[in-house]
Amino acid sequence: MDTPTTLDQPQHSKRDFLKYLLGGGILAWLGAVFYPVFAYLKPPKQGDVEVTSVKAGKLSEIEKESGVIVRFGNKPVMMVRTAEGEVRAFSATCTHLDCTVQFRKDTGVIWCACHNGKYDLNGRVVGGPPPRPLDEYRVIIQADEVIISSRT
Amino acid sequence: MKTLWNRTFTWIDERVQLSDVMHFLEKKSVPVHSHSVWYYFGGVSLFLFIIQVVTGILLLLYYKGSEELAFESIQFIMAKVEFGWLIRSIHSWAANLFILSAFIHMFSVLFEKAYRKPRELTWLSGMILLFLGMGFGFSGYLLPWNEVSFFATKVGTDIAGVLPVVGEPLMVFLRGGEDVTGATLSRFFGFHVAVLPGIFTVVLGLHLLLVQRQGMSKPLSYERLPATDQKTMPFFPNFMLRDLLLWLLVLNLLAILAVFFPWELGVKADQFAPAPAGIKPEWYFMFMFQTLKYIPGELWFLEGEVVGILLFSLAGVVWMFIPFWDKKSSRGEENRFINYIGLFALIYIIILTTIGWLS
Repeated sequence: MDTPTTLDQPQHSKRDFLKYLLGGGILAWLGAVFYPVFAYLKPPKQGDVEVTSVKAGKLSEIEKESGVIVRFGNKPVMMVRTAEGEVRAFSATCTHLDCTVQFRKDTGVIWCACHNGKYDLNGRVVGGPPPRPLDEYRVIIQADEVIISSRT
Repeated sequence: MKTLWNRTFTWIDERVQLSDVMHFLEKKSVPVHSHSVWYYFGGVSLFLFIIQVVTGILLLLYYKGSEELAFESIQFIMAKVEFGWLIRSIHSWAANLFILSAFIHMFSVLFEKAYRKPRELTWLSGMILLFLGMGFGFSGYLLPWNEVSFFATKVGTDIAGVLPVVGEPLMVFLRGGEDVTGATLSRFFGFHVAVLPGIFTVVLGLHLLLVQRQGMSKPLSYERLPATDQKTMPFFPNFMLRDLLLWLLVLNLLAILAVFFPWELGVKADQFAPAPAGIKPEWYFMFMFQTLKYIPGELWFLEGEVVGILLFSLAGVVWMFIPFWDKKSSRGEENRFINYIGLFALIYIIILTTIGWLS
């Protein structure tokens, strides 16, 4: 407790106070300027009408051992019909790097041309780099109508 | 004529002291030695950049940056606008030659150790220019909105998205949403014609200013020669005329490529069509892309791609800061280690690019 420090103290804290006030003011000012810019860069969620199911065609018109891409809102969905006649639907977006898959009649698999990923008709990975199976959609057959709906 | 020229010169000189600039140009010289040829590639890169600015502005007069109109507007440029096919083809070819020339420039600077003190900042700004150049390539690739570019952009931005923490927001920022859509096209258009050119011009200005302030770098072997044996050539007009002659040759090469190997437009992108076979990134991303294919899906607890991207980022940082950790070259000593690194990188890039191209 010597006198010089006690004498210095109030001056220091006064200067510190001003320093913090100025520094904080500059930070707040930068925040106020840049926050709107960064917020602007973030794309807003589109108010798309959420699609929960789509009509994908007449069952009698879908060939066995075939696969087509169906629009599900703004997502592509791969609808396949097996040799046994069962209709299944999966997300057509490859789980590897986002390319769109296609049905290969010659090999009977769902194939991604980008990096040679292969899925069987249950959506399971049977070859290539995809890390996960394709997401499955529910298929409902009402009379002759094929309806694809999201799983939930 | 002569007097008019003299009067104009004097008029300007009296106001902005042009004689300083003239004096600088008269004094500026270029070392002459067996590796002098590498001095030309910076200039060639600059020339190709100028070509890009000019042809880019011309394309901008007709191009429409939207999902519905982008592809059609390029069709219009190529089919209806007089010499539109030529301008577009030159823009595509010059983009590729620019990256090639910048790569050659970078490797020659590396092997000559021209980055050593006091030119660290020149190297650093050059690396930034190369990255910006690659950004130009990636964003410009999408603008025709064709099948190949659509899926290449999906893949490229998806790879960015696997990075931990920053990946997802970065991907959304680049794409302008969750998926590659017209919003991505608008963004890439903005990056390509406004954001990148703005930043590039500033960094390029700095890069060129540094080169002028510090003069041409001399190889270590040349520097050790006695002053009397250090041959030089005046920059103006000797070197500059050689530079211009080479630029003319490059322009001819460009014209030949653009005319005889016109750049294809392909098929318009369709979000609901399957990806076509043969989706490839531009050749200068190929070595990284091909490497990712060889990394297994899972490594320890990380995704293989994450490991790959982190390794490339790390390598990029180490490479970018070479002048700051290679103290040996700055002291004027030979550093063979750098040669080995450079050689390894060069061979790696050539081999992986070739494999990627052939597969």
